[in-house]
Order: sequence, then C-alpha cells, then structure tokens
Amino acid sequence: MGSLQLVGFVGPSVNWWALLPQIILLGAALAVLLVSALAPQRASTVFTTVTTLCAALTSFVVALGLWSDVKADGPSSSIASAFGVDGFSIFFTVLILIGLATTALLSHGYLDREEMDPPEFHALLLCSAAGAIVMASANDLIVMFLGLEALSIGIYVMIAMHHRRSEARESAIKYFVLGAFSSAFLLYGIALTYGATGSTNLVHIRSYLDAVVFQDQHLLMAAMALLLVGLSFKVAAAPFHFWAPDVYQGAPSPVTGWMASIAKAAGFAALLRIFFAAFASHDVDWAPIVGALAVITLVIGSVMAILQTDIKRMLAFSSVSHAGYVLVAVHSASATGTSAALFYLFTYTLMVLGSFAIVGAMGPDDEHPLSRYTGLGRSRPVIAIGFTVLLLAQAGIPTTSGFIAKFQVIAAAVESESYFIAGVSMVTAVIGAFMYLRIVMAMYVVDEGEEGPRPIWHWTTSVVVLAAVGFTIIVGLVPQFLIEFARDAVPVLVRG
Amino acid sequence: MVELIWLVPALPLLGFFLLLLIGHKVGEPGSGWIATIAAGGSFLATLAVFVGLLGRDGHAGDRSYEFILFEWLPAGSLKVEAGFLVDPLSITMALFVTGVGSLIHLYSIGYMHGDPKFSKFFLYLNLFLFSMLMLVFGNNLVVTFLGWEGVGACSYFLISFWHQRESAARAGKKAFVTNRVGDWGFMIATFAIWSALGTVTYTEISNSPAMSAATGTAVSLLLFVAAAGKSAQLPLYVWLPDAMEGPTPVSAMVHAATMVTSGVYLLVRMNSVLTDDALLVIAVVGAATALFAALCAVAQHDIKKVLAYSTVSQLGYMFLAIGSGAYVAAIFHVITHAFFKALLFLGSGSVIHGMHDEQDMRKMGALRAVMPITAGTFIVGWLAIAGVPPFAGFWSKDEILLAAWEQKNIGPLLWFVGLVTALLTAYYMSRQVILVFFGKQNWEEDVHPHESSWTMTTPLCLLAGAAVVGGAINLPLVKDWLVLEHFLEPIFHHPHHFSSGTATKIALAVISVVAGLIGISIAILSWLTRRIPTDRLEPEFLENAMYVDATYARVVGGTGTSAFQKTADFDSSVVDGSVNGLGRLIMKFGQLIQPTQSGYMRNYAIGIAVGALAIIALLAWGLLL
Repeated sequence: MGSLQLVGFVGPSVNWWALLPQIILLGAALAVLLVSALAPQRASTVFTTVTTLCAALTSFVVALGLWSDVKADGPSSSIASAFGVDGFSIFFTVLILIGLATTALLSHGYLDREEMDPPEFHALLLCSAAGAIVMASANDLIVMFLGLEALSIGIYVMIAMHHRRSEARESAIKYFVLGAFSSAFLLYGIALTYGATGSTNLVHIRSYLDAVVFQDQHLLMAAMALLLVGLSFKVAAAPFHFWAPDVYQGAPSPVTGWMASIAKAAGFAALLRIFFAAFASHDVDWAPIVGALAVITLVIGSVMAILQTDIKRMLAFSSVSHAGYVLVAVHSASATGTSAALFYLFTYTLMVLGSFAIVGAMGPDDEHPLSRYTGLGRSRPVIAIGFTVLLLAQAGIPTTSGFIAKFQVIAAAVESESYFIAGVSMVTAVIGAFMYLRIVMAMYVVDEGEEGPRPIWHWTTSVVVLAAVGFTIIVGLVPQFLIEFARDAVPVLVRG
Repeated sequence: MVELIWLVPALPLLGFFLLLLIGHKVGEPGSGWIATIAAGGSFLATLAVFVGLLGRDGHAGDRSYEFILFEWLPAGSLKVEAGFLVDPLSITMALFVTGVGSLIHLYSIGYMHGDPKFSKFFLYLNLFLFSMLMLVFGNNLVVTFLGWEGVGACSYFLISFWHQRESAARAGKKAFVTNRVGDWGFMIATFAIWSALGTVTYTEISNSPAMSAATGTAVSLLLFVAAAGKSAQLPLYVWLPDAMEGPTPVSAMVHAATMVTSGVYLLVRMNSVLTDDALLVIAVVGAATALFAALCAVAQHDIKKVLAYSTVSQLGYMFLAIGSGAYVAAIFHVITHAFFKALLFLGSGSVIHGMHDEQDMRKMGALRAVMPITAGTFIVGWLAIAGVPPFAGFWSKDEILLAAWEQKNIGPLLWFVGLVTALLTAYYMSRQVILVFFGKQNWEEDVHPHESSWTMTTPLCLLAGAAVVGGAINLPLVKDWLVLEHFLEPIFHHPHHFSSGTATKIALAVISVVAGLIGISIAILSWLTRRIPTDRLEPEFLENAMYVDATYARVVGGTGTSAFQKTADFDSSVVDGSVNGLGRLIMKFGQLIQPTQSGYMRNYAIGIAVGALAIIALLAWGLLL
C-alpha cells in the first residue's frame, strides 16, 4: 500500500544570533513608527533620537559579542552560506552603527530647525542602516542586492523628506532615477555571473572559479564589468560620479553625511567581497580596470573640487577623490591593500561625518557658499579649529588619521608595484590639499573689523564634532588598534 | 646623558601647549618669555645630550643612539617607529637650531612689541622649533617627513601672520603650493626607498647594499626635488623672496637659519644613496642657483629682499658642496650661514623697527650714528658673508670652492661660477651696508630712527661674536683643528678628502679673497664715492629677478605678487586674475571637463553608459590580448 508521504519543506539553518544586529535596528524602526502612529504626542524628537541611539548601542554590543565568537571559533556563515559572519562583516557593522549614531545625533538639531518629521526620518535611517549591514555581510549576490536596495530606498526618501525645498526633491529624483539605472547594471551583472558560474553564492563562485579553467571567458568578463559599474555608481567613482555633487548639494546635510560615508562604505564592502574575495582568481583581469577607475576618479575628484565655490559641492568632489584612494587600495588585490582600504574607510567616515556636521550646523540648507565661512576663525575659534583638523586630515597631513590612511594606501600600491598609480595618488593629494586649504584660509583670513558668522549650535552637533576630531587626532598619533582591527577584517568566504 | 634626548623636542612642545592654553591670558611680554625659556631649555638639553655623545667613543661607532618612543605605523611588511636618532649629524644641526632659535625668540620679544597677536606669534615659533627638531632627530624618513610638513605648515602660518595684508596671505599660499611639489618628491622617494631596500630607517638604509644605478639615481633626484622645494633651489625658489612678507624674526629663523637648510640636511643624511650622476645634477643646480640669486640680489631695493636672494644664493653654495661630495663643507656652511644670516636679518629687522617699518634702502643712509650697535654687528655679518678672513664665512665658503675645484667632471667651471658668485656677494652686501649705514641721510626729517631695546641688541651681539669666531670649528690650517670634520666622519659612506696640494689650496683661497675685495671695492667706488655711475648697476632685468616669476605666471598662470609690482604691470591680466598658483593650470583642465557636470540627468546617464561600455571594452580587450 502506497502511502502518501509528506515531504516537509526544510529551510536552511538560521543563525539568529548573527542576524541580531539588523533585527534590532528594524525592530527599533517599527517601534518608532508604531509609537508615532498610536501615540503621536509621545513621538517627540527626543524620543526618536534616543530610540535610535539605544538601538545602535544594543546592536553594537551584539556585534562585539559576534566579534569575540569569530575570534574564538573563526568565521562562519549561515542561511545556506548566504550570510557571512567574519571580521569583515563585523568591521562594517561597527562602522555603520557609528555612522548611524552620529547621523541620529546630527539630525536631532537639524530636523527641528528645518521642521521635518522625526519619526519617519529615523525609521528610514534605521532601515537604511540595516540594509547597509546586510550589504556588507552578504555572501550571496541576491542578498547583497536586497541590502543595497534597502539602503538606497531609505536614502531616496530621506532626501525628498525636506518637502519645502525643491532642490531636495530634485536631488531625490536624480538619485532615484540614476540609482535605478545603475541597479539595472548590477542586476544584469548578477544574472551573467549566475550564467557563467552557475551560482549567485560567493562561496560557490569562489570555489568554482578556483577549480575551472574557462575556454571562453567572455560571459564572466561581462559579468564582472557590469557588477563593477553598478557598485562604482554607489561609491561615486568616476565616470559614475556625476550625480554626487548635485545630490549632495540638494540633500539635507545629515543625509549628505550619511550618503558620503555609510552608503559609500557599504558599496566598497560589496566591491571588496565580490572582487577581492570571490573573484580572487581573476585579479589579473579586474585589477587593471579598478586601477584605471582609481586614476580617473582621483584626477576628476581633485581637479573638479578646486573649481567649486559651494562647500557642499567641494566636499562632494573631495568624497569622489577619496573613493579614488580606496580604489587604489582595492586595485592592489592583496590583503595589505584590503586592510588599507578598510582603514581608509573607517577614518574617512569619521572625517566626513564631522565635516558635514559642521556644514549642516552653519545655516539653512539652501546654499553653502565659501563666503559663509569667512571669519569663522575669529567668531567661533573652537569650531574653526575642529573644522581645520577635519579638513587637514582629509588632505592627509601628518598627525591626523588621514595621513596614516593615505600612507597605507600608497604603501599598498607600492607593494604591488603600481608605481604609476602611487605617483598619481600623491599628485592628486597635492592638488586636493589646495582645496582644503582654501576653506581653511577662508575661515582665518579676514579683513580687520569684519565680523564672522555666529551659527546657532545644537549641543548634539558639538558632541559629534568633538568625537570626530578626537578620533582623527588619536588615530593619527596611535593608529595601532585600528590598523590591527582592519588587518583582522579581511573578508573570508566560508561555507556554512 | 644621551637619554635626555626626549627633553629636547618636548620643551618647545610644552611651550606650545602652555601658550595655547594660557597664552592670551598671559599676554605681553609673559608669553614671549614662556616661549623663550622653552627654547633656551631645549638648547641646554641639546648641550647635555651633546656632552653625553662626546663621552662615547667616536671610532667604535658608539656615537649613534636610537631612542624609540613606540611603534607608529605597521603597514604590510613595513614597520615605522616613532623614534629619535642621536648622532653627530643630528646633534650638530640641533645645537645651532636651538641655539640660534633661542636668540631669535629673545629678539622677537622686542620686535613684536605691541602686536595684537603677540602670544600667537610665540605659539607658532615654539611649534616651529618642535617640528624642526622632529625633522632633525627623526630616526626614519617618515618621522622626518612629519617634521618636514610641520615646519612647512608653521612657515605658511608665519609668512601670512599679518594676513590682513593681501600680499602676505598670497605669499603664504605661494609657499604652500611650491612646497607641495617638494613634498611630493619626498613621499615618492620614501616609498621608492622602501620598495628597494625594505626599510625607511636611517641606520638600516646606510647599512643596506647599494641600489641599482637607475633606482639609486631616481631616488637621489627625488630627494633633491624635495630638498630643492624646501631649500629654495632653482626652479622652486620662487616662494622664498615672497616669504619676506612675514615678520623679520621669522625670516631670520625659518627662512634663513633653520628650515631652509633642512633640504641640505636631508641630502647629507641620505648620503649613502646618492649616486654620482645625481650629485653632478645637484652640483650644477646648486651653482646655477648661487649665481642666479646673487645676480638678482644686486638690483633689489628692499633691505630684506637683498637678504632673501642672498639666502637663496648661499643655499646654492651648500648644494654645490653636496654635489661635489663635500658634505662636511655643506654642513659647515649651514652653520656659519646660520650665524651670519640670522645676524643680518635681525640687524635689518632692527633697522626696519628703528625706521618705523621702512624697508626701502633708498630711504635710509647714515644710520650708523643713530644705531651704533645695529650698525656694528651688521658690519660684522657683512664681512662674514663677503668672505673676508678671518670671519666665519670665509672658511666655509673657501672649503666649498675648493671642493668645487676638485669636482671630477666640470670642477673648474663650477669653481669659476662659485667665484663669480663670491664677487657678486661681496658687491651686493657692500652696497647694502653703504646704502643703509653710510653715505648721506636719505630719510625724511620727521622720521626719528632709534636704537632698539636690549632684548633685540643682545642677540645681535651674541650672533656677531659667533659670526667672527664660528669658523674655528673647522680650521683647515692644521689637521687636528678640523673638529667638525672628525666629529661628522662616522656619518659618511665615502668620506671626502681633498686631494689638492697646499700650494693650490692657498692660491684658490687668495683668489677668492681677492674676488671678494674687488666686489667690495666696486661697491665703494660706485655707492660711497660715486665714482662709477650707479644707474647701470641696477638693470630692471635683475630687479625683476630675470622675470622668472613672470614667466611662471605666463606659463602656468601662477601668482605674481605685489612685491613684483613691475611684473604685475607686465602682465596684469594673468597675474591679477589668478589666485591659485599652479592651480591655474589645473583649473584650466577642470574647466575643460566642467561641462560634463551639466545638471541634466540624461547627460549623467549617458556618462554611466559610456563608462560601462568602456569597462566592458577594456575587459574584452584584455581577453583578446
């Protein structure tokens, strides 16, 4: 007698512990939304900011727990190898959480001033952060794509939320349309990767590519090219950077900071995981292209930066050139290069968040002409010194973290014998330094008797700037701890 | 006592922090004294370290002591420590840096009297001294680079200290941009040395096997680019004459005695990697700079401009010495030059101070009666730089000329250029002394020149003493008297020995003294007794520094400055329109690609599509290869 056998669906094993950081963030997002819907009078700015900060902190503690697990038991992955837990993912989780807490603090004063709704903003920010973490941890191209979209959709809306300003809407539309355009490239790249290797899972792709010698590589090459295009857009590498100055300028300053730091970092996380870890056996094919992108990005970023007269556009192009430095590190396709890239992203994130904190606090987000900063050195000496430190750090002046970061990147390029690229990065550092100096000079060189600006300054902004400046100088003097963290965070692909 | 080395940079750093915290409360003159005591203490600490070093055996290689603070930068296989290297070279540099530096601190208390930013000035001075000591004592290229950037930054701050003056702000910017070219050479040289030798620590570099000839020459030339930027050699010298916009003590300390000689220090420190080909280049550039700048100095009217070009010219001598392989002579001249040029600058500062900020020499004259101490000490400095024996400048210059004579390839030519420079130097310095202190009174009746206060004249007298006897540290008369040479000997890979006989040496010395006397005579005949018409001696061509600055302005759209007013008239459209030095060229390029940033999404999408096609094409092309 034949009996009907029920074949139950057996899902992959899930390591919930590893997913906890994102789950906490999403939970907090829901909580904020629920409270604002059910008890609107309770959902004050303070409540939402504190909720976001608590979520970030809890998540941070969990991430530290995961870190000690990884140290003890080695890297692992779960959900059918789709989600990795290694030094790399935790490094980015920590970075993203720092960015989240910073942006929450910055938006605290900003949202009130610009009369924007805090609960929605924070809910989107939390979702965006969760997406970024997924993107950095994903061991599967589809999961990575989901993370990227979650990250981006949050940003689209956060930009457009500033409804009184048409520039904000214009920015949002621009970023959205071009983002969708570049997502199409990425998605097509994923499809072609699947076609070439038979999987979207990076662990499988890696072992497949190690074992197989292709007779015809065209499909794989096209896949790599399209993946590179999609991610280059996210990190604002030239010639996929055109959106950046326009969008950075139009977006609310805290969102600009978030885009310039965390969206970029997550994009690089994906880039490193895919190219350095999964396509490692084909580095002779992709490394020269990344090198070419790096050179173009460095040159365009630094040259265009000095043409600008608006601070936000200056910083936008400077962030383009920073992407160029990270690409130089990625280009070297070595563990040294990868940890240099990680170190760079970490220090850069703090510098750029601090800079946009100051920019956002300087006044309404209509335009940010350089002249607004004239005489800041006299009227607000402490802020001016803080901004100077952050700018000089971006220029790579010694005793700041920026110097150590650039030093490591160039050292990685020299180690992989890319002397031309090392030379270009040093020349563009020289050009870039000029732009930062221009801002510094504007703050300090004033005519006798001229009064500098006296912006209203929320204390949360001071906390952020102080932390960013302190971090920048401390890492500049004793970088050891961060260098070790970055060295242990080189991505590892393991089957789970 | 060598272990006290940490104290040497720590004291100025402490002074800096003190002034940062309480400077504005202490005000004038307290903050000046804090800085001066910090600098003086640093000098005493250096003396203690020096005595400790002398107590060690020079021949057994004991006189090299490394003091490691902590491991700073582990990057891949590269380990960089934050540490100091105490050896004869660094201690020699540090002795005169802290010594002359302390005197200039003291002088500044008088000079900056009444300035609203009095305490800020001393804050920068202490920070500068700290950075300079990091540069000198760093035990590897990266720590030296830290100091290198630090002194650069302080130099820009101090040049544009009176930044209400448009010209001062612009001069600061110009120094910044020009120096970045040199910094770029430094960075590439550092990485090239690391990739060739696997280390950036000085002691390990000097013990490493030689690099291949091509790499060695490339590294040497890159180091020379770095040195040429900081030490104002052709063609990167343009910032130094403009740097005179800073307060005069700054010109004396930063732009004459200490910072500008750090290029010389760097090359001497790295002597083990310099190749013969590179040395020839260095010698030629040095000689050319010496002659060029001396010619420019001939026709300047600004009392400080003469000294500025003179500094460039004397730095050229030092590079000529390095290029000829005579490192000791270079360091010797660095030291004597520090004495007499600091003296001359401080003297000119005293004159400017006494004349109520007048800098045009044509409006001075006959000041020796009203400013006797300034005049007397200035005359000592003049005799020293003019190469009159037995003043300090004679001995060091003579050694350089001898080394140039013995240079293997084109020795006599280099020597001749050096000799002509010596003649010109004697001439323009005599002209300056006559115009300022002798002749007839050219100032208005309502100007009342006066002698400066004791804080200003004391350093003048001490420096004048040093300028008289400074040559004694390396007298070539008896072999045992070559104190400096024996002290520095352990530093060098190929110790330099003069091969000429005594007769040649004496003949060369006599010729150079005669050249100096001819220069002085011409000046006396033309400027004092007016036997030679003077208008032809100041061709416009030279007054405008041969239009080099203007040519730069034309070629790369660089900056002209108000100090080069004639040049500005010469091409006002380029000069007035530009603020950004080399930036103009970059700007042109930027404007070329500016239209891509149109603001239209469709254009951006096309950009993405083109980029994507390019990447696909590149990868496909890679496959075809």
